[in-house]
Amino acid sequence: MRLLHFKEPINFMRFKWPAIVFSTLLVLGSLFAVFTKGINFGLDFTGGLVVEAGFEQQADLNKIRDALADNGFPDAIVQYFGTTTEVMIRIAPREDIEQAGSQIIEVIQKVEEGTVTKRRVENVSASVGDELKEDGMLALLASFIGIMMYVAFRFEWRYSVGAVMALVHDVIVTMGLFAITGMEFDLTVLAALLALVGYSINDTIVVFDRIREMFRKLRDATVEETVNDAITSTLSRTTITSGTTALSLVALFYMGGPLLHGFAAALLFGIAVGTYSSIFVASSIAVFLGASREDLLPEVIEKEGENTPSL
Amino acid sequence: MLNQNSIWRYLLVIIVMGVSMLYALPNLYPNDPSLQINATRGADVTQQTVDQLQKAFTEQGLTPKSAVLEKGQLLVRFLNTEDQLAARELANKVLGDNFVTALNLAPATPAWLDAIGAAPMKLGLDLRGGVHFLMEVDMKTAMEKNVNDLVQAYRSDLREGKVRYRAVTADVANLRVNLSFRSAEDLAAAKTLLSGKDRDMTFTEADDLTLIAAFSEVKIKALREDAVAQNITIIRNRVNAIGVAEPLVQRQGAERIVVQLPGIQDTARAKEILGATATLEFRMVDEAGDLQSALDGRVPPNAQLYTDRQGRPVLLQKRVMLTGNHIIGANSSYDEYSRPQVNIDLDAKGGNTFSQATKEAIGKSMATVFIEYKPTDKKDAQGRTILEKKEEVINVATIQARLGRSFRITGVDSPAEAQNLALLLRAGALIAPIQIVEERTIGPSLGQENIELGTNAIMWGMILTVVFMGVYYKGVGMVGNLALASNVVLLIGVLSMVPGATLTLPGMAGILLTIGMAIDANVLINERIREELEAGRSVQQAIHEGYNRAFATITDSNITTFLVALILFGLGSGPVKGFAVTLALGIITSIFTAVTVSRLFVNLIWGGRKVDKLPI
Repeated sequence: MRLLHFKEPINFMRFKWPAIVFSTLLVLGSLFAVFTKGINFGLDFTGGLVVEAGFEQQADLNKIRDALADNGFPDAIVQYFGTTTEVMIRIAPREDIEQAGSQIIEVIQKVEEGTVTKRRVENVSASVGDELKEDGMLALLASFIGIMMYVAFRFEWRYSVGAVMALVHDVIVTMGLFAITGMEFDLTVLAALLALVGYSINDTIVVFDRIREMFRKLRDATVEETVNDAITSTLSRTTITSGTTALSLVALFYMGGPLLHGFAAALLFGIAVGTYSSIFVASSIAVFLGASREDLLPEVIEKEGENTPSL
Repeated sequence: MLNQNSIWRYLLVIIVMGVSMLYALPNLYPNDPSLQINATRGADVTQQTVDQLQKAFTEQGLTPKSAVLEKGQLLVRFLNTEDQLAARELANKVLGDNFVTALNLAPATPAWLDAIGAAPMKLGLDLRGGVHFLMEVDMKTAMEKNVNDLVQAYRSDLREGKVRYRAVTADVANLRVNLSFRSAEDLAAAKTLLSGKDRDMTFTEADDLTLIAAFSEVKIKALREDAVAQNITIIRNRVNAIGVAEPLVQRQGAERIVVQLPGIQDTARAKEILGATATLEFRMVDEAGDLQSALDGRVPPNAQLYTDRQGRPVLLQKRVMLTGNHIIGANSSYDEYSRPQVNIDLDAKGGNTFSQATKEAIGKSMATVFIEYKPTDKKDAQGRTILEKKEEVINVATIQARLGRSFRITGVDSPAEAQNLALLLRAGALIAPIQIVEERTIGPSLGQENIELGTNAIMWGMILTVVFMGVYYKGVGMVGNLALASNVVLLIGVLSMVPGATLTLPGMAGILLTIGMAIDANVLINERIREELEAGRSVQQAIHEGYNRAFATITDSNITTFLVALILFGLGSGPVKGFAVTLALGIITSIFTAVTVSRLFVNLIWGGRKVDKLPI
């Protein structure tokens, strides 16, 4: 069985400009959403209190909301968490937050029948949250810089700029998704974004590796032809690995429980966007920046892989 | 002939997979609900204690699975949680205060696996339930205290050195002490005197006869380090007092301390103990009073009856000579006759008071009283645990001479005892207040659910991937699946072996993601083989080229992911750190299994002979 197998190279470079324009719009749109609508940051980033309560039967959210509002928690956000017998209550940082966890359980216990179990209580101060936001941005930045340096060292700066711009694109667009849908952006989502950076660069590097190989093999082809050839011949691999990873993530999304929903969603969406950007954006930018055969092939021709001992 | 396995490849794969399988094995055995019993204050649990407990258990109809006494710690395993909980209550009643009982999930690793050091993966709090605290040391207050102490010290130093001064004031905002004088001579004398005493201070002369003493950068750093390190010691002591199996008390960043208490659900109680202050008092022994009559209930009005650690009664004066918050340091050492002793340093004010008090008491006995607030089972109206004040005489010593800012306590039984005492003394004085900035409680049922969710997700992820590989790459795909399965075993083995690696829910997601990554390497190889076959190469050449050419690409693309995993490890705490660990280790194991293990099987099945068609 073979999918996406082409005898002739597809002219991906014909879509160079449409892809760059489309991606620019996508990034701008995402940034617009992030800045106007804002991201629904999770407890890890905002600070505050989250209580996850378990009920014996379906919980009545309105009743819980009213009871909490009457007992000094008018700002409590009450929603189902995974199933209708589990409820997540979240309040913003406040003075007497230390006691709030048990108080909330008590209040709910009074209005609901059966035993209410305290499944999870998390309390994070606002300052810790702010710090994490900053550290998270720094971590993303550090990974971009690290990858940029590695790719520049293994390939050439034009490729590294292309690769990192594609990564920034993936991250921003995924954040845009979180802004638009209002899904909660917690620490696991940040972890997913970083994992996405590591994952998405794989595809790009595989394409770049092939470009280098093709430059060596196809002496007469133009840069664009070579890039087309490289993308086409790796297309099957790129989509299949993205596909198998997506399969695992679908399992995680449906089976992994509500705590990992955001994580799975971010990676699933991110991998889709990352696959697109690896195919259409990264190389296009490298070509646009003037990548040429000479950049990747120094005078002494070393045959890649030939000298590498296999384990 | 191409594609034959060398003996080395066989050896490498057999050894690596054998070892990891062996170390992954303990994860298959379920944990036993158990009770962990320790004695307090360095004492040991003896066989006698064990017999006493066994008897009590039998009377109550509780049958422990086993009871093992090891390294002064007793581990009693039970068949179910109900027995475990009942046994804890019973043990608390039977053993009393000198023992700490902790609920634990003891791994049921068979003895032969245990002997080679194999143990199941450590589970994070999100998988086993418990409390997580992130505490911040209040540095501002700690530093202010240091400056204020210094003011006191300088005043007395100047007085003792007969140097006249106008004023000594604290400038807490700049962490400085300002000393003003009436004459330049006094200033010069003070500078010589003080700088000779303390080399960590920098002295600068300002206008109008003022001397500014500032902490050096090194000193400030040392003071901060001290504050955090000391608080960690205190917290560790207290955590041990709560009775938690496998607690984690760890520094995080410059001013924070992470405390993880698996199995604990009552956060209020835990918080109160961690926040409670244990302290010391020095009192004179009431030598005038009659101990016997005091024991009969006629305690003199100015005295109070205490017991020492052996349970012997001691009659002490009510008046407190000195309280423990003046202790700024304590360590154990040996005296001239190589007997263990404890050296104690007091702050300036404490030194003065102590020197005055001991001047008139040479030859008399002084007692050191250790006071701590212990939680009880009782609760107040708000449902908070009531803390009980416990006072205990830890040492009675004869005052040999007038004591000053530093003195020593001798007559300690053993070096271990001296060390312990020094630790308690240090722990008694809380250098800086602690504030809880993050608190997470995960219920035990949620932990169990998370394990099930994670395991299910991994299983389904595997099934989907395996089916896809089998359909898409047929025979060679099945070899890839074999490599995938070995990868999971290898990863679990490595996670069980690496100390400090903790499995969390995001960590389980990391394993799942690794499955995707591992298959990526095989896809790269298989696609390459197909291409080579298409280019008209023979099967053997195609396999050879496919593996060789794909290798560079595989390492290239995985190095960057590894880099990101490292960054994530630095950023994350708790669960996310667990993700970073599985991701990083998973990358390494997946390269090994995808390249080496799968090659072994491919060679074994199709290599080294004439094959017309490769099932790919």
